[in-house]
Amino acid sequence: MPTGTLQIKAISGHSGSVPGRGVQREEEVCKYIDVTTCIGCKACEVACVEWNDMPFQQTTFDNTYQTMPSTAWNYWNLIKFNEHQRDDGTLMWLMRKDQCMHCEDPGCLRACPADGAIVQYTNGIVDFQQESCIGCQYCVSGCPFDIPKFNSTTKKVYKCTLCSDRVGQGLEPACIKSCPTGCLRFGTKTDMRALADARARQLREHSGFPNAGVYDPPSVNGTHVIYVLHDITKPEMYGGLPANPQIPVTYTVWKRVAKPIGLLMALLAAPVAFFHYVMEGPKESQPQPPGQDVPR
Amino acid sequence: MTSVERFDAGARQRVGVRGRTFVRDDELLRHPVYTRVLHWSVAIFFLLALLSGFAIYTPWLFRLVTPLFGGGPMTRLLHPWFSLGFVACFGLQFLNWLEPMTWTADDRRWMKHLKNYVTNVDRLEPDYVDFFNAGQKLYFWAIALSALVFLLSGIPMWFPRTFGRTAVGIGYVLHDLAALVMLGGFIVHLYEGTAAQPGTFRSMTRGAVERRWAWTHHPAWYRRMTGRDPRADHDRAAESVRRSEPGRR
Repeated sequence: MPTGTLQIKAISGHSGSVPGRGVQREEEVCKYIDVTTCIGCKACEVACVEWNDMPFQQTTFDNTYQTMPSTAWNYWNLIKFNEHQRDDGTLMWLMRKDQCMHCEDPGCLRACPADGAIVQYTNGIVDFQQESCIGCQYCVSGCPFDIPKFNSTTKKVYKCTLCSDRVGQGLEPACIKSCPTGCLRFGTKTDMRALADARARQLREHSGFPNAGVYDPPSVNGTHVIYVLHDITKPEMYGGLPANPQIPVTYTVWKRVAKPIGLLMALLAAPVAFFHYVMEGPKESQPQPPGQDVPR
Repeated sequence: MTSVERFDAGARQRVGVRGRTFVRDDELLRHPVYTRVLHWSVAIFFLLALLSGFAIYTPWLFRLVTPLFGGGPMTRLLHPWFSLGFVACFGLQFLNWLEPMTWTADDRRWMKHLKNYVTNVDRLEPDYVDFFNAGQKLYFWAIALSALVFLLSGIPMWFPRTFGRTAVGIGYVLHDLAALVMLGGFIVHLYEGTAAQPGTFRSMTRGAVERRWAWTHHPAWYRRMTGRDPRADHDRAAESVRRSEPGRR
């Protein structure tokens, strides 16, 4: 956010207080999704496609209300419809808005080898910069939520931006603006987390969902998109939301530690070869011109 | 004769008639045309794949190396194709060299004396060293193994959606290990083929080596090619060198 990043901290030779301080009390933003009040109207899907000016895409029908099987490079926001049978035999129809979770510790960013292709803003938004993307798709494997999608024509990867272009101008994301039930909200991380906790408590104490809770997975240091779920113990039933999202260890330990050390060890062969020549000399074809080995 | 051997023999012959190697009277034919063409085809694809791969390997090298291939996206696009070129050419070279690269009891003996070889204690190689010594064979098999690991781990990395996160995660590590083995081995290979042993590089360019070189580094091969005793020929040459420079004594 321009106002956030350009907030003055100190002024030289200035006697009074710094103007504008305290206008923004928190930089980190968050999208709140109350799965329990989503009616599956898909207004957010339409708003996303419209705001981001996505080209039309044909869908496949696979006996569900779901627009398509999964998000696509040009379809970043998808309501996942799932039928769940409870222990008492009654049915629950679950609708979960699936999009980028904007992890505090993003697996995509850790995996990416291209300079500047993925950035994380101080407000928590994780954004792909397609002009720097090399199309290697490491982010696809690095993401625990299966969000980045490859376009084989442009050879670039795309995903939800949390409408960073709108948020930067002080607007809420397009999906939030379109939601008719209020199950989508947008604000600071602290506010949204408090709202979600209150709603989960309400569900537990008054609505007969003893396992209701907030999905804000600590394994990726929390996310900037949080869910209120009827049953926090079984996130998988909401269309494959992972209970414990993990970044592959190969993208953390391996990339940060083993790779540079391994490279230096392999490159060590060069100075070893050079000093071998300096110290031992070449192995000449025999016989050489007469002479003798001199120690030292 | 298996069909693979027939294919390899046919390729040797077909390519062999197209080029020529001039062998002076004091030289022996070391690598015929087919072998040289294969070696340098492998080398070119190897370097291209190595450079484009290390560009993506670590952020330190990304800005430095990607411009060589026309930027990051082009580097990524070309890398798997360079690699397929390498695998294809190396496959032919593998068939071409399978027989002289076979590991034998003599190679185990040679490895025990590796320290003497590295420190240049022995001026002449042991008389059982044939066309390739055990070090060369070791490099060949290291490359063959890592090429296989490269291929098997690279395909999931090329098509991550088909093979899934786990395959890519494991492939990522194996691919790096193969790259490091190849890089280290390649540096040693480059040194051994040039500065470490004068007279070696021409075997892969002109195709012929001096007889002196042959009885020094590959005496058993010299014996097979000429029917002469490498040690006796060396001693005779050494004697004539001594006699031609009497003033030094």
